[in-house]
Amino acid sequence: MKKLIQALAAVLIVSFVLLYIVSGLNSSQGYTSGNTLTIFNWGDYIDADLVDKFEQETGIKVIYETFDSNEAMMTKIEQGGTAYDIAVPSEYAIEKMKEEDLLLPVDHSKIPNLKYIDQRFMDLPFDPGNEYSIPYFWGTVGILYNTDILGDKKIKSWHDLWDPELKNQILLIDGAREVMGMGLNSLHYSLNDKNKDHLIEAKEKLDSLTPNIKAIVGDEIRMLMENDEAGIGVVWSGTAQELMWEKDNLEYVLPEEGSNLWFDNMVIPKTAKNPEAAHQFMNFILDPENAAQNTEYVGYSTPNKEAMKYMDEETISDERFYPDEEMTGRLEVYENLGKRMLAYYNELFLEFKMHKK
Amino acid sequence: MRTNSRNFYLIPYVLWIALFVVAPLLLVLYYSFFDIEGHFTLENYRKFFTPVYLKMTLSSFWYAFLITLFSLLIAYPTAFLLTKTKHKQLWLLLIILPSWINLLLKAYAFLGIFGTYGAANSFLDVMGIGGRQILFTDFSFIFVSVYIFLPFMILPIFNSLDELNPTLLDASNDLGGSSWVTFKRVIFPLTLDGVKAGCQIVFIPALSLFMLTRLIAGNRVITLGTAIEQHFLVTQDWGMGSTIAVFLIIAMVFIMVLTGRRKRGIL
Repeated sequence: MKKLIQALAAVLIVSFVLLYIVSGLNSSQGYTSGNTLTIFNWGDYIDADLVDKFEQETGIKVIYETFDSNEAMMTKIEQGGTAYDIAVPSEYAIEKMKEEDLLLPVDHSKIPNLKYIDQRFMDLPFDPGNEYSIPYFWGTVGILYNTDILGDKKIKSWHDLWDPELKNQILLIDGAREVMGMGLNSLHYSLNDKNKDHLIEAKEKLDSLTPNIKAIVGDEIRMLMENDEAGIGVVWSGTAQELMWEKDNLEYVLPEEGSNLWFDNMVIPKTAKNPEAAHQFMNFILDPENAAQNTEYVGYSTPNKEAMKYMDEETISDERFYPDEEMTGRLEVYENLGKRMLAYYNELFLEFKMHKK
Repeated sequence: MRTNSRNFYLIPYVLWIALFVVAPLLLVLYYSFFDIEGHFTLENYRKFFTPVYLKMTLSSFWYAFLITLFSLLIAYPTAFLLTKTKHKQLWLLLIILPSWINLLLKAYAFLGIFGTYGAANSFLDVMGIGGRQILFTDFSFIFVSVYIFLPFMILPIFNSLDELNPTLLDASNDLGGSSWVTFKRVIFPLTLDGVKAGCQIVFIPALSLFMLTRLIAGNRVITLGTAIEQHFLVTQDWGMGSTIAVFLIIAMVFIMVLTGRRKRGIL
């Protein structure tokens, strides 16, 4: 008994000493509250040199953490274990976070560089007036295909995927909205359709695609396409751009019927401890030269008009990654469907996955 | 004082069991009675008995059964041979070694081996059989699952075979039993407990496998585990996810009772 108490006391003393040392170390390196900025971003989604540059320019220490899905990010912010000053959710997640009152409004007067953002990417339905979010990157969902495997066959539309010659050649992303959206688009319905008859029709259309589907996978799709494992992959534009930089036999196409257009924006969570630094960082990232550097590292499309002047002509004139207004007119942004409808989408997606060849 | 301090030492275990075993189970049960908007409902249980989930349950059981069956078919002879070898501990160690490596890592390795340009297909090519699709088929799913679960099946069977009293075999032999009869009437009944333990350890996790269904089977195999994962992470329909979990728990209890009922005591 006595020994147990002694042991407990020893553990407590050691813990306190360690805590004291950690706080001492932190302050000697500048990690004190008021002087740090905690960023929560997708993995491999920023040029690390820019973070160093920001630290040098402002004297603010950056703590950088990453996540791999909007859902995981939201859960962590809701729990509030770590106080993040900046997070980078996608549009439907921003809508949801707004609803749940997890965000602080952004003060536009502190971000003069906001004027460089193309007006096309401002004032979008998920955040009217950009009250809570500032554009970071954007992209699309499209078809990546391997010209070595498909030969002369050209893919132009979702409809082309139903070609019986493409037996067992298609890889899909494991996402209900992406796959259901593809089914809806191929029938010329909106990918935010809430009509149950249309949804069931789309699901049946997808069922008839099963002979052509090789697998429904997650991030492995990158590796599988890289290894020429399948002729066609339905992927996000950034995945496509990254792979195409490495391999010459891959082509990316935005389907004629339309597809998904998505945005990742920077927001300030309600739990932020240093909103001042968060605004500074947003302004820093929107600086045209910085934005250009970041875009050339990441590979997604930049919403920064001025930044394009500093970028490779070839990259920004590529209509597959910077579609013109006519093409973007055919693209749709995911709307927040509400929990019930989203659950219904998922249910149909699950049934589709269970459909046997 | 002695009983007091003994009770005192018991506290960590009681706390552990209450916090990490009983409380989560109750929470799962509790959540299963709520719909997606947080209203109390029995809808989830009704939904479980619709064709979608019944089909999923059936296919989960079917695949778990196949995985257990093939594991047993491979594990029993292996364990039997192991007990006959000279350095059995060394051989055993070699068989168990792969289970020290992370499951995900092994799954990714199989992605490479079974791929169109992977080792398995080049081997088939050299043999003159010609390449074929191995990845994302039922075969690859069951093969990789069996590979992963095999050590867990071998260990209990090996132990029960190792404990078998050799004089019993001599007795059977002396009394004129052929080696088949000896196996059927003496060895197998006496190692049945090991077989049961092995089946439990394999069948129960196999029911709720979910990572492999995506990585190796490319979501062509959907198990209850996949559905739970989706409900919790994507749909955020914790109620339905919990309901499926409740049925899985019931199924597991049922299997435990079925395989652990009688204990034969000879010797």
